[in-house]
Amino acid sequence: MAYTEDDLKKELETKEYEYGFYTDIESETFPVGLNEDIVRAISKKKEEPEWMTEWRLEAFREWQKMEEPEWANVKYPKPDFQNISYYSAPNKKPKYESLDEVDPELLDTFKKLGISLDEQKKLAGVAVDVVMDSVSVTTTFKKTLAEKGIIFCSISEAIQEHPELVKKYIGSVVPKKDNFYAALNSAVFSDGSFCYIPKGVRCPMELSTYFRINQAGTGQFERTLVIAEPGSYVSYLEGCTAPMRDENQLHAAVVELIALDDAEIKYSTVQNWYPGNKEGKGGVYNFVTKRGLCEKGAKISWTQVETGSAVTWKYPSCILKGDNSVGEFYSIAVTNNFQQADTGTKMIHLGKNTKSTIISKGISAGKSQNSYRGLVQINPRAENARNFSQCDSLLMGNKCGAHTFPYIEVKNKSAKVEHEATTSKIGEDQIFYCNQRGIDTEKAIALIVNGFSKEVLNKLPMEFAVEAQKLLEISLEGSVG
Amino acid sequence: MELKDKLVSSFFALEEEFDAENGIYDIRNQAIKDFETLGFPNRKDENWKYTSLNTILKHDYSLFPKKEDALEYRDIKKYLIHDIDTYNLVFIDGIYSSHLSQTTHDKIDVCLMSSALSKDKYRPLIENYYNKLAPKTGLNSLNTAFAREGAFIHIHKNLQADKPIQIINFATGNESALMLQPRNLIMVDENSHVQIIERHQSLTDHPVLTNSVTELFAGKRAFVDYYKIQNDKDSASLIDNTFIEQQGESNVSVHTFSFGGKLTRNNLNFYQKGERIDSTMKGVTIIEDKQHVDHNTLVHHIEPNCESHQDYKGIYGDRSTGVFNGKVIVEKEAQKTNAYQANNNILADDKATINSKPQLEIFADDVKCSHGCTIGQLDEEALFYLQSRGIPRKEARGLLMYAFANNVLESVKIPEVKKRINKLIATKLGVELGFNL
Repeated sequence: MAYTEDDLKKELETKEYEYGFYTDIESETFPVGLNEDIVRAISKKKEEPEWMTEWRLEAFREWQKMEEPEWANVKYPKPDFQNISYYSAPNKKPKYESLDEVDPELLDTFKKLGISLDEQKKLAGVAVDVVMDSVSVTTTFKKTLAEKGIIFCSISEAIQEHPELVKKYIGSVVPKKDNFYAALNSAVFSDGSFCYIPKGVRCPMELSTYFRINQAGTGQFERTLVIAEPGSYVSYLEGCTAPMRDENQLHAAVVELIALDDAEIKYSTVQNWYPGNKEGKGGVYNFVTKRGLCEKGAKISWTQVETGSAVTWKYPSCILKGDNSVGEFYSIAVTNNFQQADTGTKMIHLGKNTKSTIISKGISAGKSQNSYRGLVQINPRAENARNFSQCDSLLMGNKCGAHTFPYIEVKNKSAKVEHEATTSKIGEDQIFYCNQRGIDTEKAIALIVNGFSKEVLNKLPMEFAVEAQKLLEISLEGSVG
Repeated sequence: MELKDKLVSSFFALEEEFDAENGIYDIRNQAIKDFETLGFPNRKDENWKYTSLNTILKHDYSLFPKKEDALEYRDIKKYLIHDIDTYNLVFIDGIYSSHLSQTTHDKIDVCLMSSALSKDKYRPLIENYYNKLAPKTGLNSLNTAFAREGAFIHIHKNLQADKPIQIINFATGNESALMLQPRNLIMVDENSHVQIIERHQSLTDHPVLTNSVTELFAGKRAFVDYYKIQNDKDSASLIDNTFIEQQGESNVSVHTFSFGGKLTRNNLNFYQKGERIDSTMKGVTIIEDKQHVDHNTLVHHIEPNCESHQDYKGIYGDRSTGVFNGKVIVEKEAQKTNAYQANNNILADDKATINSKPQLEIFADDVKCSHGCTIGQLDEEALFYLQSRGIPRKEARGLLMYAFANNVLESVKIPEVKKRINKLIATKLGVELGFNL
């Protein structure tokens, strides 16, 4: 890989959270608080049809009856849901035909984020949908995709233009009363991405969404819906950043994937929300519900690199409903300073000959807590189901914690389930080996962590893999001495 | 009236009788108050997610059975490991049976909880150890409130118990349903050795629920070898709560053999309070019908340089359910810990279920901790190999399952116990093994 040790050195020098800038864009923000009127107002603002408004209200009513989950192995002051603004949009309604019309300051923001739109348009061939403070700002490459019949747009646009698809699939995998945060999201989601791949089409480029919380005191609630018709393929990337702030910001997203017969969806996330400062002040609460449904012979693959957020609560899951379907989960979760992560997956085997693989790598440093929590469930009808799970944890120092909570429930005798977990530190002999070959300790650790994470990094698309590798090193900087 | 209310009110009705006893009057009173607040665990409790007590709590249990039925040695012989000389503590419906037991006060104390509670001589031990280890949970408190009898074993410093000790609780159940609350206290001082075999056996078809609490204290360099044999009737249920505190360089191993009973729950907890401690937990579970066995283990590594080994094997037939919930906690001071946990299961029938939850909570970095869990079937090729050599399929299956369970047996140190377990496994699997170990 072109990324050399010197690059690493440079990266390590700029160890502060590099995405911590705030963009001064006039934006329209709703008053804080949440009630039915706000829900209606969001819906009206988005010019949504009646059924959508009703759907949101139903979710809101359910949400009011629910309580915040307490079972996760994380401790944090509970967010005050009446003290959050549920809608914040960059002021000028961005419906641009070309990039020239975009607010130059916004473009600057994207440049800082390293997703210079026009550059990517030309070079990378990545179609990007950028969601800033909950509103989808721009979607590139729409026309190229449209030729193939692929729909890639913001979810609010999809509600307007493809209501039949949205109506059919929204909430079908993550029901609106699935859990506390999913219900909240269903009530107030302000935007997100929508993606539809027609039958037999192989999406020619990586689709990508970039999320950013910009405004203070706002929560971000985006909703992503990916539908892959029979025999189609799509690879979808998602990245997140937020400016540095002292207060905790809330991010509660819902992602639904629907892979119909023989379709394949690859969903990769590089999550780098602001993790809070060294004293554990500020940072984003990342409470996300992600779930995919596999029909016959379909495959869903989740890959995630979690380096940011003060508190992460996230379990991308696969429901393997159809026979011969496949679910995969590859995860690296890095926590440093006072970060807390409780993440893992659920593999629900319903169909015959279903297979799932779970590879989870946890790295804890500083005073952080890192938990893997996963469920593998083999139901009575899932003949010949197969699961392999591996959870490895790496600890740096004795002020952090690594936890493993696997749940394995098997109700079919033909199932083969394997689970293994290990916890270790970076061996002194490994570092010594590197040292004696002239690699200093800091670099040696970067090297070893990289090797530890390789299995997962390999699953990421090229552009993301490089970024993720850098992120890992930056997040762990200064954690070993 | 619900069982909980009944228990609480019968406690107050019988308080006067308890009053006559020394020492633990206050402990009892506190315990019943705790039980009143805590109640029985339910499935909302994370530790009881896979085991519901509802079906066994619906009976109208009687707590204070009438006088014992006359049992003769020949009635109970088959439940004892009778081919070696042992100390025996036999309890029938919770009441000590002197003519079936063999106790001692010669150098070591192997006697009754009730007598230990009433004698001044044992007062300091009771004050220092009784109810000091069992955490406040509904079931422990229930036992503490009602427990009147059990084993009291004290092995003094630098002594080796000259023969194994058997603790056997029989239920004869003239009552329609019986609840037993045995309470054992075992103190093994510095450099002492002891081997203990514990069994709960119902001789009646009426429902029996045993809620047993055992507290074991192993001193420095003490050596304890504990075997639990569970092969009860389908009408009997057992909740076994065992708490073990180990001092430096001690070695405690507990083998649990669960072959039957309506519902069996083993709460096995180790607390390591010194360096270079070794804790071993092993188990074989072979069940069928609608039986339910739940192994819930905890190892708390508090000091550096300790080890723990867990190895649980299970074979589940018919509609049976197995649960393994193992937890290893490594505190940040406990560097150089070596914790190993394995749980292997075979589902023999379609309706059988296994729920496994091996957990690690680690706060120290220089440790080696691993766990592995597998669920699978017998290797078809191995079966074919045996069949091609003239071994019928049923026997071949039995042999393979036997081999699967066997490496747990390797660490059984009393040959007669090993033999007995071998026999039980062979019967369970319905095969003639044709060889003895």
